[in-house]
Amino acid sequence: MTKVAMTVNGKAVSGEVEGRTLLSAFLREGQGLTGTHVGCDTSQCGACVVHVDGKAVKSCTVFAADVAGSSVKTIEGMANADGSLGVIQQAFQDHHGLQCGFCTPGMVMSSAALLAENPKPSEQEIREYLEGNICRCTGYHNIVKAVLAASGQDANAIAAE
Amino acid sequence: MHNFDFVKPASVAEAVKALSADGAQALSGGQTLMPTMKQRLAAPTMLVSLTGIAEMKGVKVDGRTLTIGAATTHATVAKEAAAYPALANLAGGIGDPAVRNRGTIGGSLANNDPSACYPSAVLASGATVVTSKREIAADDYFQGMFSTALEEGEFITAVRFPIPDRAAYAKFDQPASRFALAGAFVARFAGGVRVAITGASEGGVFRWAEAEAALSSNYSADAIKGLSLDPSGMIGDLHGTQAYRANLARVMVQRAVAAS
Ligand SMILES: Cc1cc2nc3c(=O)[nH]c(=O)nc-3n(C[C@H](O)[C@H](O)[C@H](O)COP(=O)(O)OP(=O)(O)OC[C@H]3O[C@@H](n4cnc5c(N)ncnc54)[C@H](O)[C@@H]3O)c2cc1C
Ligand code: FES
Ligand code: FES
Repeated sequence: MTKVAMTVNGKAVSGEVEGRTLLSAFLREGQGLTGTHVGCDTSQCGACVVHVDGKAVKSCTVFAADVAGSSVKTIEGMANADGSLGVIQQAFQDHHGLQCGFCTPGMVMSSAALLAENPKPSEQEIREYLEGNICRCTGYHNIVKAVLAASGQDANAIAAE
Repeated sequence: MHNFDFVKPASVAEAVKALSADGAQALSGGQTLMPTMKQRLAAPTMLVSLTGIAEMKGVKVDGRTLTIGAATTHATVAKEAAAYPALANLAGGIGDPAVRNRGTIGGSLANNDPSACYPSAVLASGATVVTSKREIAADDYFQGMFSTALEEGEFITAVRFPIPDRAAYAKFDQPASRFALAGAFVARFAGGVRVAITGASEGGVFRWAEAEAALSSNYSADAIKGLSLDPSGMIGDLHGTQAYRANLARVMVQRAVAAS
């Protein structure tokens, strides 16, 4: 076991980990941050996406020890300071961008990474950026609408499907 | 996954030492190795992370040569290899954004998956694979599916690409995995054209000599219209038959020529 320290959602945290401890397990089991979901555990579905030093990564495919010292942001860090939903989260609710909600933490974190890189993405750019995030319920259309709305663009501009 | 000791050296020299231990294995982005370890297809007793070694990261241009540190992520290559647009474009098309933020060129080349993108760029460019021990020409480096010239304890530190006059990568995505069902990298230099095919062959990435000859005398998609690859050595699976892949590989070469 080794001790690792990192910043999670602005707070300094530390914990004892094995070499094989995944970042997803460090967050969920070590820190109690169960908003980060583990869907496939094989880097396919994107439910576990968090930001490490501002970049979207699949936390089931990163060792906690390898990102010691980094700044990590999870879905729990996306709400506003007063606890109300952040812009992207609110847009997912407004546009019905979720049904069961299992994929949503990863969808929101990937969308946030996209908007940080590209504040006004096109529909095509949104679909391409979310390629690694799989949703088994909503069929993506409302997710794309939510991201368009969160970027201040007209969500109704995309054709209904 | 079986447990292991984790070390993260800060220099190539330290990594050489760590990797000389019995049971030690290099870890770069982990995007291939971690799923493999979860399936217990690999069980190293020590992982040596290469991602903390500053001298193994980044993209440098010197005249018509582009050098990429082995621990440079696909996302960084996509953004910073503007001097070699076909290569930047290839890197930006690997997997998805989260995979590109971790996966590295060194990991991809060491793994030499028969459907991976980078091996085709390295082979078609006639790049040099720089390791902790020596320099290996691309033509000697790839030795069949999942097999390379790397020796025990040896690791890639950088890859040096001569920048071609014209080049492009065309990939037909396998939609579930996003790996290449067939992909072609075409590079045109003053001395001739090099063509490398990935995704198609049981032998992994390979050069297509007939297409190179045809394109060296007439650089146009039509020049290889009548050529065909022998389907017998091709991968045949539920995604495509051998004949389908042989044909698709030629179509990808034509698309790459048209796009370059
Ligand atoms: C969902 C998904 C989609 C993908 N899509 C594509 C795609 O479209 N095209 C594509 O080409 N790839 C694709 N990949 C693979 C991806 O590019 C991997 O990142 C890459 O193949 C391995 O790089 P890595 O840095 O993650 O290596 P790791 O997983 O860390 O290592 C892979 C192997 O290489 C060894 N190794 C690592 N670095 C070195 C080094 N410097 N020297 C010697 N040995 C080393 C390791 O010991 C291990 O055996 C995809 C992966 C995923 C999960
Ligand atoms: S749980 Fe990490 S990608 Fe599915
Ligand atoms: S809302 Fe159920 S998986 Fe996406």
